[in-house]
Amino acid sequence: MAVHAGSLLELKGIKKSFNQNHVLKGIDLEVTAGEVHVLLGENGAGKSTLIKIMTGAYQKDAGEVYWEGKQVQVNNPVDAMNLGIATIYQELNVIPELKVYENIFLGREIKKGGKMSMIDHKKMKKEAERALGMLGQDPKIADQILGELGIGQQQLVEIAKALTLDAKLIIMDEPTASLSGSEVEQLYDCVEQLTERGIAIVFISHRLDEIRRMGDRITVLRDGYKIETLPVKTTETDHWIELMVGRSLDEKYPKKSFEPGREGFRVENLKVAGTEAPVDFSIHYGEIVGISGLVGAGRTELARAIFGADKREHGNLFIDGKQVKIKSPKDAIKAGMAFITEDRKSEGLLLDQPLDFNIGLANMKKFKNKSNLVNLKGIRDEADNYVKELKVRPSDIDLHARKLSGGNQQKVVIAKWLCTNAKVFIFDEPTRGIDVGAKVEVYRLMNQLVDNGAIVLMISSDLPEILGMCDRVLVMSEGRITADLPRNEATQERIMKAATGTADAAEKPLIAATGG
Amino acid sequence: MSEAVIEKEKPVGEKKSFKHFLGKFGALIGLIILTVVLTFLSDKFLTVNNLMNIARQSSINALLAIGMLLPILTAGIDLSVGSILAISIMTMGIVSVNMGMSPVLGIIVCLAVGAAFGLLNGLLLTKLRLPHPFISTLGTMNIARGIALIITAAAPIAGFPYLIQFLGREFVGPIPVSFLLVIGVYIVFHIFLTRTQTGRYIYAIGGNKEAAHLSGINVDRVLIIVYTISGLMAGLAGLVMVGRVNSAFPLAGLSYELDAIAAVIIGGASFFGGVGTVWGTLIGAMIIAVLRNGLNLLNVSADFQMAVIGIVIIAAVYVDVLRQRNSKKN
Repeated sequence: MAVHAGSLLELKGIKKSFNQNHVLKGIDLEVTAGEVHVLLGENGAGKSTLIKIMTGAYQKDAGEVYWEGKQVQVNNPVDAMNLGIATIYQELNVIPELKVYENIFLGREIKKGGKMSMIDHKKMKKEAERALGMLGQDPKIADQILGELGIGQQQLVEIAKALTLDAKLIIMDEPTASLSGSEVEQLYDCVEQLTERGIAIVFISHRLDEIRRMGDRITVLRDGYKIETLPVKTTETDHWIELMVGRSLDEKYPKKSFEPGREGFRVENLKVAGTEAPVDFSIHYGEIVGISGLVGAGRTELARAIFGADKREHGNLFIDGKQVKIKSPKDAIKAGMAFITEDRKSEGLLLDQPLDFNIGLANMKKFKNKSNLVNLKGIRDEADNYVKELKVRPSDIDLHARKLSGGNQQKVVIAKWLCTNAKVFIFDEPTRGIDVGAKVEVYRLMNQLVDNGAIVLMISSDLPEILGMCDRVLVMSEGRITADLPRNEATQERIMKAATGTADAAEKPLIAATGG
Repeated sequence: MSEAVIEKEKPVGEKKSFKHFLGKFGALIGLIILTVVLTFLSDKFLTVNNLMNIARQSSINALLAIGMLLPILTAGIDLSVGSILAISIMTMGIVSVNMGMSPVLGIIVCLAVGAAFGLLNGLLLTKLRLPHPFISTLGTMNIARGIALIITAAAPIAGFPYLIQFLGREFVGPIPVSFLLVIGVYIVFHIFLTRTQTGRYIYAIGGNKEAAHLSGINVDRVLIIVYTISGLMAGLAGLVMVGRVNSAFPLAGLSYELDAIAAVIIGGASFFGGVGTVWGTLIGAMIIAVLRNGLNLLNVSADFQMAVIGIVIIAAVYVDVLRQRNSKKN
């Protein structure tokens, strides 16, 4: 990706506070045409706020913005759009019921004549096809209902929309967070197409391997300050992390090995509704078992079926050799299981309730007193302990969960399950969207769980994480377990081979992003 | 950098607590302002007699509203309470007046019929998986009203025994029994919602149904309880009503559900569930009652009253919207 000379967007001394909370404390940033510029920083470093100032969603308190060398005011999103700044948000702004081309021209439909005339569907379709073609997509999808496309293609539609707006700068907030492997590849290709046309990309990502692959330059933010801008090619990943966290991390994957013990958890002949074949596997004490696979391989479905959240056709579960009957999450919890779900916001937390309520939720029975009333003080005390132990920031248990950053929200979800005294922990994408520092804390916690005699199963799409933390890797493809690899045999290649099965990864249909 | 950290923490807390205060007591402040204004406008307003009148007038809506709070907390709604009130009192009339059976049995039938229709609402929602309680309760609203008219041939029933009339008619000193009942019921609901497992689960389901389910909560069971209680409260409100007017008629309680919803919303509950309190609902019900009473004293026609209450609903929710927008920004 060639870096063209000439600054496209330049920010100088940008400051932004909310009440007295100084989020940005004088940020300088320069984006040149045709480059991929990554914003890197821990959650709460100010990345999102900075992006929102660029897109006009927030107003800066102080500082200057230059666009192609001229000072400009970006007072609202329309100003930004008129300059040529487009944004692809993590939660896509699309209407799944409408066709692709209708989405692309939503709110600025092309008319046949004056304002009151009919919509020119033909012309809109043609324009949409052209934009999709520029991204290397099949132009025919312009006429498809958007909701029928995979999440990755939906995202590309948003990028196509940016192209029809003649965007010169496209901002992407964690664009690959919910994409499968082949979808990510498609996005990489697409970004390359864009930069070749001189379009600049600013993106936020927590995946360092992807930054290495896509990025030209990185600007590291920490605590509202710009720390440094550095080229990707000539710098080490560890150096980025050091700049980001402000100290050197001892290890990215603090893997501890324990003496393997007897079998603690076994899944036998379990058939998830709608899959072809049943699944068998077991986990021993002292090991962390990972489940790898492409998005849509059926990993989350398997976890949900184990936990009783979805119906299964048949299958037996054993904890410590004893069969447990699980028909609902309630049964699962009673049997000693915990399920740290993939999506904290929609499945894990009561966002508008305080932390103590969230933490006590899955085991309220524990806090009932003799008169059968809930001992609120008991919940508060216990929640307070967990918040301190897991270093949740801020450590105020009266705060609503919504107010926390992703990493801290994840700690609250984990605290909720620790509070149930569970024995079998299923983590589904436990570190998605959380920063490096919090990731390491989650890994340490897994170690600690195993050390304390818990069973840990981790579903993850992050291969380095699977390789870094697991003693054994199960690979799933199309609802089946296609490989069971011990740590010393698990390599990226072997996992990918088992994950893609016989089918070529790139040709796999792009199915639901919510699957695991 | 440490300087900046200290700088940012303290004032945020102060601002937050002020907004917190407004959010929590906004409706109460509204009620107080309303009272002060009405005291100036009418010398008949702030008298013991009139206040007790308000207390009595508010009690039926207050009972319906506290029942309504539960479905709204779960992000649902119960449109059937007015009709359930009617069918409850008509069956009570048939049992205790037409058939001349014991008043105690009549009261039991009244409450049981209310609870049974509430249970039906809950089952329709959870077992038939109707997409939204708006639909299931819209259905039972019509069913209950229809049955109330059919079984009585649309005729009112009068001449209830004293025991049945007691709650709605009697006073302890100057205080109406119905208002004491309201206070008692509200205290029970407060304890139920804040201190019992089921009560807390109601908030959890309204906050995030899927997270609640995955946290081991039997969501269907809680929802069935919620609608059953709402129906039960409709029956209880009916009992108070019969005492007040000493008769039961099949069109009783027509559109009462809307006043109940208004009270809950004015009291600060969120239509999206998970947010709302018992005391807010009480204040909401009082605001409606005070407004009606005050407008009556000022000789404002019933038609105008309706329009005013409509404006109050919109204003109360708008204040809430503003508050939330503010807190989201920060």
